[in-house]
Amino acid sequence: MQKGPFVLERSGLLQLLQALKAKGYLTLGPTVREGAIVYDQLSRLEDLPIGYTDHQEGGTYRLRRRGDEALFGYNVGPHSWKRFLHPPILRLFRARKINGGFEFEHEAEALPNYAFIGVRACELLAIRVQDQVFLGGAYQDPHYKARRERVFIVAVNCTQAGNTCFCASVQSGPKAQAGFDLALTEVLEGDRHYFVGEVGSERGAEVLGEIPHRAALPSEVAQAEAKVAQATRQMGRSLATEGLKEMLYQNLEHPRWEQVAARCLSCGNCTQVCPTCFCTSVEDHTDLSGVAERTRRWDSCFTADFSYLHGGSVRVSTKARYRQWLTHKLATWQDQFGMLGCVGCGRCITWCPVGIDLTEEVAAMRGAHV
Amino acid sequence: MPSKQRKPTLAVWKFASCDGCQLSLLDCEDELLQVAGAVQIANFLEASSAVQPGPYDLSLVEGSITTPHDAERIQAIRKSSRFLVTIGACATAGGIQALRNFADVEEFTRIVYAKPEYIKTLKHSTPISEHVKVDFELRGCPINKGQLLEVISAFLHKRRPNIPQHSVCLECKARGTVCVMVAQGTPCLGPVTQAGCGAICPAYQRGCYGCFGPQENPNTVALSAWWTLLGLDEAAQQRAFRTYNAGAKAFSKEAERHG
Repeated sequence: MQKGPFVLERSGLLQLLQALKAKGYLTLGPTVREGAIVYDQLSRLEDLPIGYTDHQEGGTYRLRRRGDEALFGYNVGPHSWKRFLHPPILRLFRARKINGGFEFEHEAEALPNYAFIGVRACELLAIRVQDQVFLGGAYQDPHYKARRERVFIVAVNCTQAGNTCFCASVQSGPKAQAGFDLALTEVLEGDRHYFVGEVGSERGAEVLGEIPHRAALPSEVAQAEAKVAQATRQMGRSLATEGLKEMLYQNLEHPRWEQVAARCLSCGNCTQVCPTCFCTSVEDHTDLSGVAERTRRWDSCFTADFSYLHGGSVRVSTKARYRQWLTHKLATWQDQFGMLGCVGCGRCITWCPVGIDLTEEVAAMRGAHV
Repeated sequence: MPSKQRKPTLAVWKFASCDGCQLSLLDCEDELLQVAGAVQIANFLEASSAVQPGPYDLSLVEGSITTPHDAERIQAIRKSSRFLVTIGACATAGGIQALRNFADVEEFTRIVYAKPEYIKTLKHSTPISEHVKVDFELRGCPINKGQLLEVISAFLHKRRPNIPQHSVCLECKARGTVCVMVAQGTPCLGPVTQAGCGAICPAYQRGCYGCFGPQENPNTVALSAWWTLLGLDEAAQQRAFRTYNAGAKAFSKEAERHG
């Protein structure tokens, strides 16, 4: 088994994909679609966003050309791995009315074994957060569990940070610390293009053993570390986490909530792109032939129906909805799960259609309070 | 035992409209026979000239009220209907023809018709709910056939229809569509528009046109401020809010701000 850091040439990445496929994995990773880098099936290296990067700001995302042939020279896009581990729409069961009773049809889900290629450090933490949410308590989510257990994770360390990134503030990145099978840092240096890698599990070592690699030289490791350090320096945003929970609890009636509510569209985009937001609604349908089915779909605390109890919605105003989301993510989540609900990926900032920035909201509240 | 029960009767009515929403019922194809099996289609001129007299258990009303005659006819339909559901943007918000609400109808008739004195029309195109009590309003231009089947099915099972009122954005995100406004700077009504279509337009790289009308908590002012940053001028913003749901309160109010 490879003990220390190893080197995989660029061509070795294709062999890694092939080795995973030979083991029965469905390889998923970043690819360019609809003007962004999304996650979808990868079959060849050419499916990766070769030579692309992204420019991100509040409410703005643009693909750009890099001027080199990097395979992972960008930050996270609108998709997160959540859509594979915790699908947006899931049918739970179907039932048919027969002889005055119900006959349930439980479908055995034919789940693929996913191999996630290019999981960033913030996303590893997001998966760990969802592990805590879905598997950490007394009641485990069998759908998440079945998917999660099968996943093979190839992490990729960020060698650049985007304008809306703040993983360094919440200690989730830019370097993958744990929770991967293999982790790679891409190095482009003169004519050379290679990956410095690290093994994170027995499974990872086994797959690595099937593809050409060698022990990394100290100079190669240093190159890789320098690239990751560069990402730390580039963080476009920051979030002060010390005393964050207490600060929010003390400011539940801060005027800033009204101000942000005036800008907020209550469209729910932030919750859908967030890699840790896990809320769903469970819906029953009946069709005309007497078949009933129960589905589970991503929901959002920004909708009125989400807080609908007998007699009406609890959170009618946009202010109440935004406050619920932000305080859950950054404060009550800590009480509930023992960790922050935010991993610093910046998706909620970039993909808010009007560029609302939670780091700015927190800073404003701190500024007025401290 | 169920075979002895009388099947509920269904009537489909048309007012000022293009017929597209009624066609959605005929377009149900695979499910159409199930519909015909579950209800007795008693009045549906688009499908059959065999009309049975009322009263009807469920009336689906398409179109807006634009003439004095229509205003009387809807009263009679309401009286003969146990449940009345409006289908589509015309019946629910006045439709594209509600553009007349912001202009001089007499001037239109003078320009269009050789003998304008024969035209008896109202100054405004109004939704059915301004005239009679409506039990449920199904949005869309046209309506989504899955949602129509859901409403009929809910009626037959005596339950509340499951028709979400949240933004189109949730549908885009569920299907994995990349946001056209964030990634391409394309103005999109999705964040202020009610879901239901399945987020078709953004999936084809176009902004949402707002066919399903305002979502339950639409912040059109904040969206418009962002559109201004994207370079959309006042006239273009007014046009965006004045289409199929021009008469819906949230959209008409926003359009007025850009006049």
